[in-house]
Amino acid sequence: MSDKQGSVLGVSGNMVTVRFTGHVRMNEVAFIELGGDEGARLKAEVIRIRGDECDMQVFEDTRGIRIGTHVAFTGELLAIELGPGLLSTTYDGLGNPLDALANQCGFFLQRGVYLPTLDRSTKWAWTPVARVGQRLTAGDALGTVPEAMYKHRIMVPFGIVGAVEVIDLAPPGDLTVADTVATVKLLDTGEVRELNMVMPWPVKRPIQAYAERLLPDRPLTTRIRIVDAFFPVAEGGTACVPGPFGSGKTVFQQGVSKYAEADVVIVAACGERAGEVVETLREFPELIDPRTGRSLIERTIIICNTSSMPVAAREASVYTAVTLAEYYRQMGLRALLLADSTSRWAQALREMSGRLEEIPGEEAFPAYLGSLIAAFYERAGLVRVEDPNLGTSEGSVTTIGTVSPAGGNFEEPVTQSTLAVVGCFLGLTYARSYAKRFPAISPIDSWSKYIDRMKPSLEATYFEGWVDTVKRLATYYVAGQRVGDQMKVVGEEDLGLDDFVHFLGAEFIDAVFLQQNAFDPVDASPSADRTALALQLTARLVDHDWGFTSKDQARDTFTDLTATFRDWNITAPDAPEYQQLLDRIEARLSGSVATAA
Amino acid sequence: MRKVYTKIDQIVGPVVTLRAKDIAYGEIARIRLQDGNQTYAQVIKLRQDEVTLQVFAGSKGISTGDEVEFLGRQVQLRFSPENLLGRTFNGVGEPIDGRPALQQTIDIDIGGPSFNPARRIIPSQPIQTGIPMIDMFNTLVKSQKLPIFSVAGEPYNELLARIALQAEADVIVLGGMGLKYDDYLFFKSQLVPSKERTILFVHTAADPVVECMMVPDMALAAAEQYATDGKDVLVLLTDMTAYADAMKEVAVAMEQIPANRGYPGDLYSQLAARYEKAVDIEGSGSITLLAVTTMPGDDVTHPVPDNTGYITEGQFYLKGGVIDPFGSLSRLKQLVNKDTRKDHAPLMNAMIRLYDASRKVRQQQSMGFAISTFDQAVLAFGEEFEARMMDLKVNLSLPEQLDLGWEILANHFTPAQTTLPSKLTEVYWPKDVN
Ligand SMILES: Nc1ncnc2c1ncn2[C@@H]1O[C@H](COP(=O)(O)OP(=O)(O)O)[C@@H](O)[C@H]1O
Ligand SMILES: [Mg+2]
Repeated sequence: MSDKQGSVLGVSGNMVTVRFTGHVRMNEVAFIELGGDEGARLKAEVIRIRGDECDMQVFEDTRGIRIGTHVAFTGELLAIELGPGLLSTTYDGLGNPLDALANQCGFFLQRGVYLPTLDRSTKWAWTPVARVGQRLTAGDALGTVPEAMYKHRIMVPFGIVGAVEVIDLAPPGDLTVADTVATVKLLDTGEVRELNMVMPWPVKRPIQAYAERLLPDRPLTTRIRIVDAFFPVAEGGTACVPGPFGSGKTVFQQGVSKYAEADVVIVAACGERAGEVVETLREFPELIDPRTGRSLIERTIIICNTSSMPVAAREASVYTAVTLAEYYRQMGLRALLLADSTSRWAQALREMSGRLEEIPGEEAFPAYLGSLIAAFYERAGLVRVEDPNLGTSEGSVTTIGTVSPAGGNFEEPVTQSTLAVVGCFLGLTYARSYAKRFPAISPIDSWSKYIDRMKPSLEATYFEGWVDTVKRLATYYVAGQRVGDQMKVVGEEDLGLDDFVHFLGAEFIDAVFLQQNAFDPVDASPSADRTALALQLTARLVDHDWGFTSKDQARDTFTDLTATFRDWNITAPDAPEYQQLLDRIEARLSGSVATAA
Repeated sequence: MRKVYTKIDQIVGPVVTLRAKDIAYGEIARIRLQDGNQTYAQVIKLRQDEVTLQVFAGSKGISTGDEVEFLGRQVQLRFSPENLLGRTFNGVGEPIDGRPALQQTIDIDIGGPSFNPARRIIPSQPIQTGIPMIDMFNTLVKSQKLPIFSVAGEPYNELLARIALQAEADVIVLGGMGLKYDDYLFFKSQLVPSKERTILFVHTAADPVVECMMVPDMALAAAEQYATDGKDVLVLLTDMTAYADAMKEVAVAMEQIPANRGYPGDLYSQLAARYEKAVDIEGSGSITLLAVTTMPGDDVTHPVPDNTGYITEGQFYLKGGVIDPFGSLSRLKQLVNKDTRKDHAPLMNAMIRLYDASRKVRQQQSMGFAISTFDQAVLAFGEEFEARMMDLKVNLSLPEQLDLGWEILANHFTPAQTTLPSKLTEVYWPKDVN
């Protein structure tokens, strides 16, 4: 307990103003102690200090707070507990396990109830990897415990400055997170500290206990064809997915959360529908990840601070999520952070900024919005981790955030600030979703800055010449769409046959390759090999010299090819039709089947 | 005795400020007007001893010398499971049907806590309405929250009433906000067949604005009581744009910085807090929420429909007297239409794709372009689709709707032209045509 005391001076929405004695820290956590029957203690965070008054955002409903209500400061920054047991758990934005909360409070969330992030009763099979007498620094492993399919490293706390000497290490055995695993001496200060498996870490501070940051040069495969081929995301890179409502942001994120080739997936459901999280929550335990043979939930952490949950906790939730991603990166794992939607986080900032009566920027967002967004995406990255006992490894945080622009207009502050900092832009358009062309990622406006840099690894994944083929098809597609636009003006009749075929070819690429049905069990997640084959086949079909003599003939041919190809897209490789459909397409190419009537 | 304050310092719009001590945030107060009337008000800001209240009945006629008494409790709904049914209340929960006050009630805080997401379950039961544009194309699902986006003048309240009567709910709660008196009477007459299971909370256009803001919370607090007691509740809210405008009015009086076209920055969170009350409770009841959102100037990007679309699980887009298949969406349809009939989802997708094509052809035709034979077929298909499936008067069971879909396709196309998987066309393509 600290000597500083506070009492409430004002309440406005979820902000309280507190008069204090002593010293308070920026972002320090305090509890507002409601009297009465409820007797709840409401968690809050200092967000502005002026003289002997500070403004705090309260992570709960503020009803019932009075002028003079006592405030207890903790001296600690807003932090989350790191350690084994995070995987396959669902937390609110502050790291409270939602399942455990429900067991305690029932169907409805109850304010002022906080539970430890890490379960204190689970036993973990501890194996030391460091040696007594060894000198270590922050982030070096003291030992490991198996968590799901990974060796979870129990590390020297990231906040420790300078070297430590290991004085004692627990022998191998089953321990809880609260049991002491090591005793170390801080060489700078001489202080001796007992360490367990719980490492609290302030969520707004990046974890940087790695040796070096590397340039992302390999793809993070998402199994969304249009992304992997045309706008690939780099492992350790960043991408944003803006789009109006109903354009497919969440379906996209859910697909990526299932099929992306990452070791740990952190789903941050930030200020959107609770129902969408439930799908993940209920489905993932049933879905088997073919690469590990384990259920998908075992590699997943869900940070769930949905739209009706407290707004201030929503602001914290993206930081909680990225902190977890950085933590697993530090173990040499590929972490993927999916945030849906970053606009809700920005709105939380806006609400608070309004209450603080700050000078508003565009659309009343705070002037510092851009720098906060930049800092958030900067926490992604590919890093090299050096461990004296476990050797060198590479870990990554890849961040993909959705943006929900007001009115679907990308010229708004959150989209613009995000576009300025990300490496990949997957813009969803109303026009495509309106026409049910999913995923509605614009093949024309979207971009990836990674594609050239990743050429060697892309071609190792798919085939030699992949990048050139992709670029050629992209150019062909764009030109074909332009012909389509022209046709809208001049009519089909006045269009030359070659141009018309070009238009059909572009539509064909769209129908069989760019579009992908997220709800079809096969089409939802083609393997890299299948995508390579699909791209090659698509390219051969549009390159083919068909020798059409009429527009009707061309249209009929492409209609038939589209139907066959789409049939193939939804046919599993082990089904007999798989090869038959391919044969039919090949037969078309070799001209041995008459054009459909 | 509670202390009574007799000096109001400031009156701006529906918001008043006075000095008072030991007041809780959110607490309600009773204001006695000099003419003998009384109204309630809620604390919406505290700063030292300065208390800001929003006055439910508005500040019209309030004097700086009126008596203000703080009641030491939050805004509550007087609830009684049996006695609420069949009754009509105003926005603050007082009966306005001329019948006596409720007996044996319990008081329930409105705007209660959120449902724990970890205890939610995946919605799985379709609600049949007989309307093809809903059942077949955008299935309504139990526990869904869905707005009807509508231009003024469209038959949105008729649609709402029709769905309400067709859906098999145990309890129907109607929350009217800014209702025209005629519409209020319309609902009363339409809902007569299910009067015994219906509760009305009504704010008409002539009533004070702050009362409008209470309606959704009152309606949803009542719904939550029934749902946790095992009842399937259908909540109908109309019109949410009036609700948002009421919030705007209070925010302006509070001198808050507006975010977008005058609406407060927390519009999204406020709307979400209400819509997210829709829920399917494992082993108990449910709340399904249908809400009308009129779109000023037929503009979906207007802040109210825009924020709503981001919150709800799709929308029915009412335009030109029909539910537009492109602007409309049920985000939960794939949870249920996979278990109806195997052709349901693919047939729906193919028909929409072709209907989209027909609208494009129609446009080309109107620009005077010659159109191909295939396009002619597409055009004819579009016309038949509009006449036989989109018309709101059509009332068919789902299997009938699906069969009709195949029939219309077969009237105009070969199976391959539909690009439907051959596995399906082999089974469902009508044998006696083409
Ligand atoms: N890849 C896809 N395949 C099929 N349907 C899709 C796909 N992506 C989106 N949809 C459709 O669009 C709807 C809205 O998608 P959603 O991701 O919820 O939108 P957003 O998050 O952008 O508001 C879904 O319910 C689904 O019907
Ligand atoms: Mg979404």
